[in-house]
Amino acid sequence: MRRHHDMGGLVADPVVPSEHDYAPWEKRIDAIMRLTTGDGELFAIDELRRAIEEIGPGAYDEMSYYERWITAMTNLLLEKRVVSVDELGRKMAEIEARWKAEAAQ
Amino acid sequence: MSDHPQPHPFQPDIEDSPFTRYQVMAESVIELLTEKGVFSADDMRRTLERIDAITPAQGSRAVARAWVDEAFRARLLDNVNAATAELGIDAGPIPIRAVENTADVHNVIVCTLCSCYPRMLLGLPPDWYKSRAYRSSVVREPRAVLEAFGTHIPDGVEVRVHDSTAELRYMVIPMRPAGTTDLDEAGLAELVSRDAMIGTAVI
Amino acid sequence: MSQNFSIGDRVRVRAAYPPGHVRTPYYTRGKEGVVMGLAAVMANAETLAYGADGKPDIPIYRVSFPQTQLWPDYAGDPSDTAVVDIYEHWLVAAGGSKT
Repeated sequence: MRRHHDMGGLVADPVVPSEHDYAPWEKRIDAIMRLTTGDGELFAIDELRRAIEEIGPGAYDEMSYYERWITAMTNLLLEKRVVSVDELGRKMAEIEARWKAEAAQ
Repeated sequence: MSDHPQPHPFQPDIEDSPFTRYQVMAESVIELLTEKGVFSADDMRRTLERIDAITPAQGSRAVARAWVDEAFRARLLDNVNAATAELGIDAGPIPIRAVENTADVHNVIVCTLCSCYPRMLLGLPPDWYKSRAYRSSVVREPRAVLEAFGTHIPDGVEVRVHDSTAELRYMVIPMRPAGTTDLDEAGLAELVSRDAMIGTAVI
Repeated sequence: MSQNFSIGDRVRVRAAYPPGHVRTPYYTRGKEGVVMGLAAVMANAETLAYGADGKPDIPIYRVSFPQTQLWPDYAGDPSDTAVVDIYEHWLVAAGGSKT
């Protein structure tokens, strides 16, 4: 069984040497990783990789790089009971409402 | 389908928003972990500053020093993290291995399984490095991929692809170009591009 | 810790296909290469990925594969290679068991 992230040698589109300046939200996700992995932290980088692989073939390719990261890190935090589904749901609603209010000003 | 750098436009649950679900998730995680004391707002600020402070210029300095100082070159090939520390560069705890281009070997770096990159030395990777196209193709047709970067490696020179599969990172020490004998170390460092240290460019 | 392979040894990557987190790329499985050196002796990513401590540490070798061995239709120079870091438990002496 070949897993979807294990793509070395597969036929692919031509390489386009494109890049962009990372947005603040992307750097913030990178910062979460740096603050939650490593010795004595919440999870190992290998667990993060495993969780990214578990995103599944369709979603994996649909998401951008940092979207995969935050999805995987959130799943790990739930698995490890660092956060609960309920508090995450409430916090997301709170932030969404706050940002919408800010955008409306 | 390749990685796309921008938030994708289909956001069924946050329509007409200037932000995406993933951005809301990220901020929620940051606030919850801050409230739980996992890290502080100050930790986050310092980490963001550090992310911005790490640029390919760190690697360029190390390469330029290796070009002018044979003993340093040997130490860099032996242990990148220790050698760069001599230059005041903190390359982080993950071991980085330097591989050297010669007249006979051209090295190029990839991580086919995820997108491992010497980010503590060179900063965040470019989008193309993380793309499905690069990760899939460079191990199978490296010369064609290098041509997409305008890099032609002559026949007879071995193209050596390094797939960073373990908890190690790689950087390429490019060959010093001819005609640079009158450049000082800082001038040499300016020649050393990020892509040359990934191996998709030559100088 | 002791290492089963030395520089220059011909090795084959086990043609195994377990589910779960694996750091041995699919394209190397069942392929033969040559040990270029010891990359590191490190914790096992296959168990770290599930919250274990990754012990005992395992030797990881830099294995060089001729591109023509990886891809029978390889179009580049015959001297081209791919070098992959592979955990010792994925390697057997070339000529040995395929699994």
